[in-house]
This record gives sequence, structure tokens and C-alpha cells, in this order.
Amino acid sequence: MGADLWIISIAIFCLGALMGALNFITTTLDMRAKGMTLMRMPLTCWAWFVTAILGLLAFGVLLSAGILLLMDRNLGTSFFVPLGTVNGVLTGHKGGSPLLWQHLFWFFGHPEVYIAILPAMGLCSQLLSVFSRKPIFGYKAMVYAILAIGFLGFMVWGHHMFMSGMSPYSAFAFSIMTMGIGVPSAIKTFNWLGTLWRGKIRFSSPMLFAIGFVSLFVVGGISGPFLAQPVLDIYLHETYFVIAHFHLIMGVASIFGIFAATYYWFPKMFGRMMNEPLAKTHFWLTFIGAYAIFMPMHYYGMAGGLRRYSQGTEVGWINQLWPIQRFISIAAFVTIAAQFIFVFNLFWSMKKGKKAVDNPWEATTLEWTTATPPPHDNFGGLTPVVYNGPYEYSVPGAPRDYVMQTDAPVTARH
Amino acid sequence: MADTVVTHDIPSVYEPSLFGTYSKKIGMWLFLMSDSLTFGALLYAYSYGRISTAGWPTPFHSTSIVNATIMTAFLLTSSLTMVMAVRASVQKDAKMQTIWLLATIACGAGFVILHGMEWSKLIAEGLTLPMFPAVPGHEVSAEFANVAKSVPQFPSTFFTLTGMHMVHVTLGIVYLGVVALRRKFIPVLLALWLIAWLATPSYSPFHYGAHVLLVAAVVISIILWLKPKVYDSSDVEVAGLYWHFVDLVWMFIFPLVYLMSTRI
Ligand SMILES: [Cu+2]
Repeated sequence: MGADLWIISIAIFCLGALMGALNFITTTLDMRAKGMTLMRMPLTCWAWFVTAILGLLAFGVLLSAGILLLMDRNLGTSFFVPLGTVNGVLTGHKGGSPLLWQHLFWFFGHPEVYIAILPAMGLCSQLLSVFSRKPIFGYKAMVYAILAIGFLGFMVWGHHMFMSGMSPYSAFAFSIMTMGIGVPSAIKTFNWLGTLWRGKIRFSSPMLFAIGFVSLFVVGGISGPFLAQPVLDIYLHETYFVIAHFHLIMGVASIFGIFAATYYWFPKMFGRMMNEPLAKTHFWLTFIGAYAIFMPMHYYGMAGGLRRYSQGTEVGWINQLWPIQRFISIAAFVTIAAQFIFVFNLFWSMKKGKKAVDNPWEATTLEWTTATPPPHDNFGGLTPVVYNGPYEYSVPGAPRDYVMQTDAPVTARH
Repeated sequence: MADTVVTHDIPSVYEPSLFGTYSKKIGMWLFLMSDSLTFGALLYAYSYGRISTAGWPTPFHSTSIVNATIMTAFLLTSSLTMVMAVRASVQKDAKMQTIWLLATIACGAGFVILHGMEWSKLIAEGLTLPMFPAVPGHEVSAEFANVAKSVPQFPSTFFTLTGMHMVHVTLGIVYLGVVALRRKFIPVLLALWLIAWLATPSYSPFHYGAHVLLVAAVVISIILWLKPKVYDSSDVEVAGLYWHFVDLVWMFIFPLVYLMSTRI
């Protein structure tokens, strides 16, 4: 019963995600302000756009998988059940294949990790540019890299199934494709570094989290090519190495994106700034905490520490790794505790925070042209007209070091 | 067909649309993309089961095929009447638009009823899922019963694929009904629900399946209450996209599930 409710809720979630994706895509295609061509969109919007496309294509498949699973559990079909038992109860089911489930699930599952991280990539690109007071390095390359990541994301689901006994030739193809994703990812990483290079960096809390995101993305991502190789994956698959990789890049990096976005857009949402010293404390504790949790996990995994087991005390070699586990646990508790700083800051700043001006970060994009907090209809019924790209910072000859997207067109180009 | 192109003005405060058409239509195309992946996954599950099972049964006889062919004819006709409805809507002929939409609904309903009878017959003859209750007083065909027992994948895939399609056709009927009659469709829908519920015996899957119509009636009541509106030609065209898509899906299911499972 519990599992059925859970599957039904996932199915409803699929429909919701689908409707959300429809809305995002049509809005991006059809409701851009005058002058906001696709190549003038902030990278945040590009990332959300591609995320919505991924959601559109991936959630439909998960919906099917969920329906089949529900039928297997309740109607007596046997899509996924190879033998006569379900939950230890003997049934007439037989002839199904758990591999079918793996295919359907991971065809959704891999795009899903990009659904989780692309928005963070987009908004951190935006923040790095704003707080470095420099145009984003290689705007077009960033856009194409997002598209390439989205496209390749649909070709690589098999890298979760190297252990399933698949043909080595398929495994090879999935492996090559997966490592191919390293190319657009590296393009993005180098562009982020290029944006920071010689910028007039302002280390405000959103920027700290954006830099933290880049750091976690690199460190978590670098173990991806290890796991993408069937030979290594067969050893590492059941170990904590996978947990470390996955949580650094998709878990913590995405969460850093959420934090960065919250600190960045909070003034626009509530008309007040968040407390900066508290935010910085939160950042450093979380940043160091994340590494303290997940770096040791790599060693624990390489030494053979298994995942998916609740208890390993009877196993000699895991016993010797016990201090690592203890260290990870303590680091995790400290890091979780640090999140209460954020929660406190969030609610305290809504009421007591310093009043925010309309454009506290001196950013160029449209949301900063309207009042803080925004009036009804965001722009008070007056849709703005766009003349510039989203990252016109430190433009030679401009009166300020930034040119709003709605300002008169810039003539002097860098 | 140039006269059947629906035009729609886009407010000038925005960039011109990328595809030169209105958002509703893009939204429907995107939805159909997602839905085709949903059906794609089901067809994949079917193919997977079929390939991985030794001795896939081919139990359908000519009665099933004749029945399914008549059903197909109903659906194809409904596509034609749908095109006529779109044409009438572009020509601002409200009366003909309603008539053609109702004709489409009638064809769709004919499809669902025939399909429902087909299902009931198969279940009674033993091609059934373990959870469907036994049908009293009906001769079980030894062949079907054997198929259901030895290759449960066969009834599983059959009922899932055709059932999912049937749900789509049913929702399409509701959709077209709302476009054609708006609020006046709600009592019609409630009547359909009562007929479907009370006219089917309690062991039939349609006895409880009929409640889909009740849920649909509640949902559209809420929608029409929140946003009462007159549907224009763009709505008819978008509804038509959905309807044609559902037809197209049947053109995959009919050969894969019926024709390829027939004794020749
Ligand atoms: Cu993956």
C-alpha cells in the first residue's frame, strides 16, 4: 500500500513536471520581451529552457514505467517480475524482466541528473559574470554546451547498467558517449574560470556560493570519467566512490546553486537584503563541511567500503575503515547544523533585513529594472524593451560599469 | 487547404514567436512529444517482452481482427470529421463546427464501445489478468486460458497498451465535448458516466473504469467555473491535433498488438 501510494505520487509528479515543462518552453519561445532574442537571454533562462525540454522528454517515460509498476503490483501483470513472488508473496507473475525496469528507469534517470544540475549551471554562470564585473566568457559556447549536455544526456543511460550483464559492445558505446559529456562540461568549466580571470571580483555571499558550485562541480565531475569506464565501474559500482561522486556533483553542487540563487534574488523577492556575515558563515561551514563529508568517501569506496548495506561490522576490511565512517558522520552532523544558520537568516531577513534598493547587485538583467519587491504583473503592465545582451559589464565608454539590457544600445564593443 | 490555416495575432510587446504560430498550438505539440515518449516506452516494454519470451502466442482469430478493423475504420472516420470541424471553425460556421465535432465524438465513442465489448469477450474467454474477476456463466476457451497462464506477458501487454490508448480516446471525447458544447457537456458526461457504470456488470473492469468519466466531469466543472470562455478556431485546431495523435497511436497498436498476434 505504501509503495503504491508512493508510485502514484511519482506519477502525479510526472504529470506536474510535464505541465511545468510545457509552460516553460512555450513561455521561453513565445513570451520574450521585444528585443529579447534567444541569444540575448540570460544563461539562467537558457538553462531552464533546456531543463524543461529534458523534463518534457524524460518524465513521460518515467510515467510509463510507473504505470507498468503499478499494474505489476496490483493487476497481476508481469512486466518486471521474473518469478512468482512479489514482496515475498507467491503470485502468478512470471516471465518479466527487471532489466526492462532498469532501461525505462535510467532512460529517465540520467536526464534527471541534468534536470537537477542545469539550472544551477545557468544561474552560477550568471552570478559569476555579475560579481566579476565582466561579460561571461564565451556566451555562445555556454549556450551550445548546455544544449550539447542536454542532447548527450539522453544517450548514456546504459552507464548505470554496466553491472547488468550487458554486451561489452553496448557498454563500450555508452562509455564513450558518457565521456563525451566531459567535453561540453569542460567547456563550461573553462569559461567559468575565464570569466573570473582578472575580474573585479566582489565576494558577496551569492558569489561565494557560485564559486563553491564551480569547485564542487569540478571535483565531483572529475570522478565521472572514472565511473564511465566499465572496467573501473565494475569494481567501484557497489562502493561509496559512487556515492561520493554523485553527491558532490548532483547533490551538493545543485544545492549550492539553490543557495546562490536564494541569496541573489532574495532582495528582489522580499525587498530586504539577507544578513551578509551570517551568509558567509553559512557558506564556509557548508563548503568545508561538504568536502569533509564527501572527500573521505572516495577513499572509503576505493578501499572497498560497500554501499547499500546497513551494517558492515562483521566484515574485517570494512572494520578497519571504521574511523573514516565516524569522521564522515561527524562532518555530516556539523554541516546539517550549519544549515540552521541559513534557515534563521532567511526568516530573520524577511522581517529585519536591511532594506534593498531596486538593483543591489548592479546587475543588467530585466528583473533588476523593476521595483523591489516587484509590482503585480512583475513590470506593472509595462513590458520592457531589450536593446543589449545580458552581460554588458565594464563596457568601455559606458557611463557606469554595467549597461542594463533595457539601456540605450551600447556602441563601443569590447 | 490554405483556407483552413488558423491565424492568431500575437501582442506586439513580445518578440515574434519562433515558430510563427500561437502558444497553445506549440504547447500541444510539445505535450504530444512527451505523450509519444510515454507510448514509446509502453511499446518498448511490449517489444522487450515479445522478444524475450520464447514462443510468443498468436491467439487472435478472425472475429477479433474483423472487430478491430471496424474499430480502426471508426477512428479513421473520426479523423476526417475532425478535419471538417477545423474547416468549419475557420469558416466561422458555428453550427457545422458543432455538428462535425459531435460526429467525431460519436465515432470515438463507437470505437470505445466496440473495444470495450472486445475486452469483455476476451476476458470472459479466459484471456485475462489474474486480478480481473472471473466472468460467471461463460465458456472459457482452452487456448486463451492457456495463453494467459503460460505467457502472462501477452495479456499484460495487450491490456496495458490498448487500455492506455482507450483512456486517451476517452479523454479525447471529453476534450472535444467541452470544446463543442462547453457547460452543456457536463450533464451529457454525467449521463454517460451513469450509463457506463450501471449498464456494466460488477465483474467488468469498465464498471469501475466508468468513474474516470465522473472524475473528468468534476475536473471540467472546476475548469469551466474558474475560466468560462468561448472556444475559437484555435482551440478546435489544437483539440484536433490531440485527436489525430491518438489516431496515429492506434495505427501503431493495431498492427503490433492485433495483426502480429494472429494465426495465419
Ligand atoms: Cu547517469
